[in-house]
Amino acid sequence: MKKILIGMTAVGVFVTSTIAGETINGAGATFPYPVYAAWAYMYYKETGVKLNYQSIGSGGGIRQIKNRTVDFGASDAPLTPEKLDEYKLYQFPAIIGGVVPVVHIPGVKSGQLKLDADTICHIYLGDIKYWDNEKIKKLNPSLNLPHKEINVVHRADGSGTTAIFTTYLATACKDWKEKVGAGKAVKWPVGIGGKGNEGVANYVKRLKYSIGYVEFAYAKQNRLTYTLLKNPAGNFVAPSIETFKAAGATANFDPKKHFYLWMVNAPGKNAWPIAGASFILEAREKTEVNKKVNKFFKWAFEKGDDIAIRLDYVPLPKELKEKIYNYWKEHNIYPE
Amino acid sequence: MKRLRRLPISDIIFALISFSAAFVVLSLIFSTIIVLYNESSLAIHKFGILNFIFTVDWDPVKEVFGAAASLYGTLVTTVLSLILAIPMAIGIAIFLTEISPHFLKTPIGIAIEMLAAIPSIIYGMWGLFTLAPIMANYVEPFLQKTLGQIPVIGMLFQGEPQGIDLFTASFILSIMIIPFITSVARDALNLTPNIMKESAYALGATKWEVVKDIMIPYAKLGIYGGIVLALGRALGETMAVAFVLGNNHQITTSLFDAAATITVTLANEFTEADSDIYLSSLFYLAFILFILSFVILAVAKFFLLKAERGYSR
Repeated sequence: MKKILIGMTAVGVFVTSTIAGETINGAGATFPYPVYAAWAYMYYKETGVKLNYQSIGSGGGIRQIKNRTVDFGASDAPLTPEKLDEYKLYQFPAIIGGVVPVVHIPGVKSGQLKLDADTICHIYLGDIKYWDNEKIKKLNPSLNLPHKEINVVHRADGSGTTAIFTTYLATACKDWKEKVGAGKAVKWPVGIGGKGNEGVANYVKRLKYSIGYVEFAYAKQNRLTYTLLKNPAGNFVAPSIETFKAAGATANFDPKKHFYLWMVNAPGKNAWPIAGASFILEAREKTEVNKKVNKFFKWAFEKGDDIAIRLDYVPLPKELKEKIYNYWKEHNIYPE
Repeated sequence: MKRLRRLPISDIIFALISFSAAFVVLSLIFSTIIVLYNESSLAIHKFGILNFIFTVDWDPVKEVFGAAASLYGTLVTTVLSLILAIPMAIGIAIFLTEISPHFLKTPIGIAIEMLAAIPSIIYGMWGLFTLAPIMANYVEPFLQKTLGQIPVIGMLFQGEPQGIDLFTASFILSIMIIPFITSVARDALNLTPNIMKESAYALGATKWEVVKDIMIPYAKLGIYGGIVLALGRALGETMAVAFVLGNNHQITTSLFDAAATITVTLANEFTEADSDIYLSSLFYLAFILFILSFVILAVAKFFLLKAERGYSR
């Protein structure tokens, strides 16, 4: 009994001392929160180092690392090299996710409807009003599409998902770039807004003849009807871990630009066109802190792939991880 | 000072504590105003005051911001929810004081007050998952077939009913504010002296006449007070509305269109606002809401005081 008590106290002292000594504080994007939390839990069990991640949104994450109140910030949208120089930050991607168009048309099942960037762009601009529009029919000669008005659903709140989706539309469709542009929140020409992925998923499920866009995990878990998309290589691809991986593998991340890249319309043969990476931001002057943070991410890159896939995220491809390691070495923040 | 010296020491300490408590509240309000003004000064300088208030555009990409759409949504949902809630709440209050059998009074009274204790996020979830489909499938098509056919008024009910609109949001708001009006109105009605009611009955008045001519005039002030309280709540309510309003920055004539209120805009866009002017514009909106609630409540209180004075004369 006494032994157990002593043992428990010892463990208690050990745990509290490690907590007090080794805590990493991060804040930012909500999209990668589940996977960061899962990694943090496993990392804590293995090393005793605790990682606090507050998913307050990318905007908040950028502000907090800018003011140096956290050890790292996280953002769904990459910061431009100029902004990084201005705020004195490093940046690298940590995880990849995909955005998926979902529809609700009675009689149409997942993977049956084929769309391309131009069509989606003009649906969201309000030019294509009915499901039996010539452009949609041309892509889907075998489907019997009804003459029903399209209910357009988008996000009501600012989000990285919207940033990826609108960047996809803006790079592939000139009209969108001129009239609306890309960003975390935009001035939508048509449609109704749902709050969060769950809001959009809910509306699309409920409203007949609707179209929306959600993160892959939501489409999968809610069994929403996803569409096929035509990628720049000219192939129709379905959203899956494989096609997201293909997008990650062919996307050309450049360490010289601090990996600034929107992963939309990646050139690969099987690449899903609407994918995006979530980024980590670190303060340039805090070498020791960055090493501590990078140790965590190195561990996650080496051991965290399985759990990421289980949570419907896409781990970074091997070549990209190597690039990040070199980037760390170059800036002297590689963990020993 | 003379008065203080005569007091025992414990009373002086107590007076100081209560004074500082009151002072803390006041200084909190003033520092809130200062912070809001400071944070929004960038937007105030860029867009001006009138220009910001009357601009409908809200475009984070082009960095053009205006408050008109949010202000419009705030005022419409507040007014509409009061229109829906006031008759219902006063009806309940009259039922509870005059008509209800004795054994029902307590359970119904408690149930109404419990409505006020439900967290607003729960109203929001309920609104999104339960109320919005009912509105879209049954209530709104019915309104379109009936009220929608009347000229002029029909304009309010145009468009395809989707359940995510000003009407649904106002309906949820009205449920949330009913307990405020009801409980204050009930207490006020209960204060009607029995002797007045009994004299009216003795003169042959019916129950309806007693309520209409004796009780309501007597309790008028209390009822106004409850409405003012409810107004304050409706102006600032956020989560319940955020789920069912869609956050579309537009001014529409139809109640079946998505819209935005100031609070909904803040809840939806604050976390991801990354450019300085965007964030500053959001603070500017908050500042305007602060002033707006302040002014509306002050005006309401002013009339209440005036009525009170006229009443006591």
